[in-house]
Amino acid sequence: MPVLDPAAWTCPAPLRDQPRVVMGHGGGGALSAELVQHIFAPAFGGGVLAQMGDAAALSLGGVRMAFSTDSFVVRPLFFPGGSIGDLAVNGTVNDLAMSGARAAYLSCGFILEEGVEMETVARVAEALGAAARTAGVEIATGDTKVVESGHGDGIYINTAGIGLIPAGVDLRPQRVVPGDVVMVSGAIGVHGVAVMSVREGLEFGVEIESDCAALGGLVDAMLAVTPDLHVLRDPTRGGLAASLNEIAAASGTGVVIRERDVPVPPAVANACAVLGLDPLYVANEGKLVAFVPRAHADAVLDAMRAHPLGAGATVVGEVVADHPGMVVARTGLGGTRVVDMPIGEQLPRIC
Amino acid sequence: MKYIDEFQDPDLARRLLDDIHSTVTRPWALMEVCGGQTHTIIRHGIDQLLPDQVELIHGPGCPVCVTPLEVIDKALEIASRPGVIFCSFGDMLRVPGTGRDLFQVRGAGGDVRVVYSPLDALRIAQQNPDREVVFFGIGFETTAPPNAMTVYQARRLGIRNFSLLVSHVRVPPAIEAIMQSPSCRVQGFLAAGHVCSVMGVEEYPELAERHRVPIVVTGFEPLDILEGVRRTVAQLERGEHTVDNAYPRAVRPEGNAAARAMLEDVFEVTDRAWRGIGVIPDSGWRLSAKYRDHDAEHRFSVEGIQTREPAECRSGEVLQGLLKPHECEAFGTLCTPRTPLGATMVSSEGACAAYYLYRRLDLTPAAREATPVV
Repeated sequence: MPVLDPAAWTCPAPLRDQPRVVMGHGGGGALSAELVQHIFAPAFGGGVLAQMGDAAALSLGGVRMAFSTDSFVVRPLFFPGGSIGDLAVNGTVNDLAMSGARAAYLSCGFILEEGVEMETVARVAEALGAAARTAGVEIATGDTKVVESGHGDGIYINTAGIGLIPAGVDLRPQRVVPGDVVMVSGAIGVHGVAVMSVREGLEFGVEIESDCAALGGLVDAMLAVTPDLHVLRDPTRGGLAASLNEIAAASGTGVVIRERDVPVPPAVANACAVLGLDPLYVANEGKLVAFVPRAHADAVLDAMRAHPLGAGATVVGEVVADHPGMVVARTGLGGTRVVDMPIGEQLPRIC
Repeated sequence: MKYIDEFQDPDLARRLLDDIHSTVTRPWALMEVCGGQTHTIIRHGIDQLLPDQVELIHGPGCPVCVTPLEVIDKALEIASRPGVIFCSFGDMLRVPGTGRDLFQVRGAGGDVRVVYSPLDALRIAQQNPDREVVFFGIGFETTAPPNAMTVYQARRLGIRNFSLLVSHVRVPPAIEAIMQSPSCRVQGFLAAGHVCSVMGVEEYPELAERHRVPIVVTGFEPLDILEGVRRTVAQLERGEHTVDNAYPRAVRPEGNAAARAMLEDVFEVTDRAWRGIGVIPDSGWRLSAKYRDHDAEHRFSVEGIQTREPAECRSGEVLQGLLKPHECEAFGTLCTPRTPLGATMVSSEGACAAYYLYRRLDLTPAAREATPVV
């Protein structure tokens, strides 16, 4: 047995450069943020883009409106509880809703792969149309391109949308102040686990259906209580953790959540336990997180619970002046931990 | 699935903590061997709730952390070759080799796939008979049997285009190496429950006796950890040093006979380098001679790849419990999960990553520098 010499132990140099795009650049975490900060924002210039919200709040001809775009590259195209067609509508509708805007018109761009079955395209189109009708939004313009076989995943969709922002509504992270109450509209992690279960062929004992839904009606119900909500977020890629970190960083406040109050369905908890994932980082498609002034918190929560898409709404934490820019969880056992911004994608653990 | 909520019950946790607090009379240093246990401890803030006298030292039991740089470089080389489908568990993709990782190989056109079971890789080999399919077989006694089974099945079914890049490691020789280190402070071990579920506990009494340390087989939920700590501290306070099984719902004394037989057939014990620590005799497995056809190192002639690591990272000391992650001068500044100096900051089970993700509140302002976000 050799004598172990700690002085001789070494490790590799860091990976600081990413000469090529990696999947993490699309994961909604720190890598995505750096791509935008270092490449896109300098190239595009400032202006409205500097808001960096889910949607841009614009003023056009004296009218306040929200404008947003999103691309959808989900695999498989159909999953329990939805399809890429549902996502293409609800994703953009929800981004607009987080500005307080009710989506009015969408554009819809299809990129189809040569060889994909026409029946599949028709099913996706029908799902997309049905989702638009449910969300009360009109598809006003569109485009179709076809790429050679092997150069796409069957169907990619981009949607962009516009909607009017009601008077008196000003949803921005900069409005968040210590004392605000943090609430979510229901169980988290459902969509990410549902897609993973079919994508990876994993069986979790019970079928988990995506929570994909359009949140415009729920937001209307909340704004009817008070237009003075501070910020709303649609915690998709990167999950609840990414949204909370974005808001903490942009507002310069700290966020404290109580882990036991975060609603995680048993099936999601079990799937995450098996895979070594943290539900706080798993994507949602039909949930929102709201930062609400304490004076209005109870009334807003009641309004959320009275709406079908907010029946499981609950308070998960609050905003504090301590640890600005940082999200901290009080653990079930009474300890604390930092809930960090995800870096790229969550990776399933070896054991 | 049962056994999650039940083993995170705050009232039961409080009772176990009270028992530990009332038992301990002087300082003790315990090592939890497994990275999964480290993760649970930090994620639930268990170390904050224990008495000050009980120090938890994070051991080398993270399979990702201890896989040698040389092996990662071999993986990168094989995965970069045309015609290869390289399959791996997810958390190996971000581990830095020399200058790149498997994500970057994939970004450059390599066919690198995340699988959830080595048998998935075997299925990919069956579906792609004109491609070479390689599975990255790393980890402790826990992951070795299914990897062994894959090679066994490949041989049985005549799947010739499947091979394994092996870097398996064994816990008992690592405990031996830690105890023999002159700077060792460990007085008791929480042994890795999942390892023991395969291997049983028969390798441990001799270690416990010779080094006069209690070894308590411990599970992974918060209450499992607290029970492991409680039993270890109780033994130390009584001056005892026996092997105790605090994880009987998963661990039988004899382990899993079928899994052990599979290991016996497919692998043979070998010296193995541990990243950041060095070579520990008899601490690893390699494919035995009769399965050499399925050994990726041999098949792709990468045995010659040798890598020297620049001395920038102190993860070896962390892996041995000689240094707390935040005591490293690079922690949280030069070295973050986004820019890892070493694998202990990459893996979700790595002690440095666990500290960075969950414990920066207690640490230095420099270490608390939040990742920039939009």
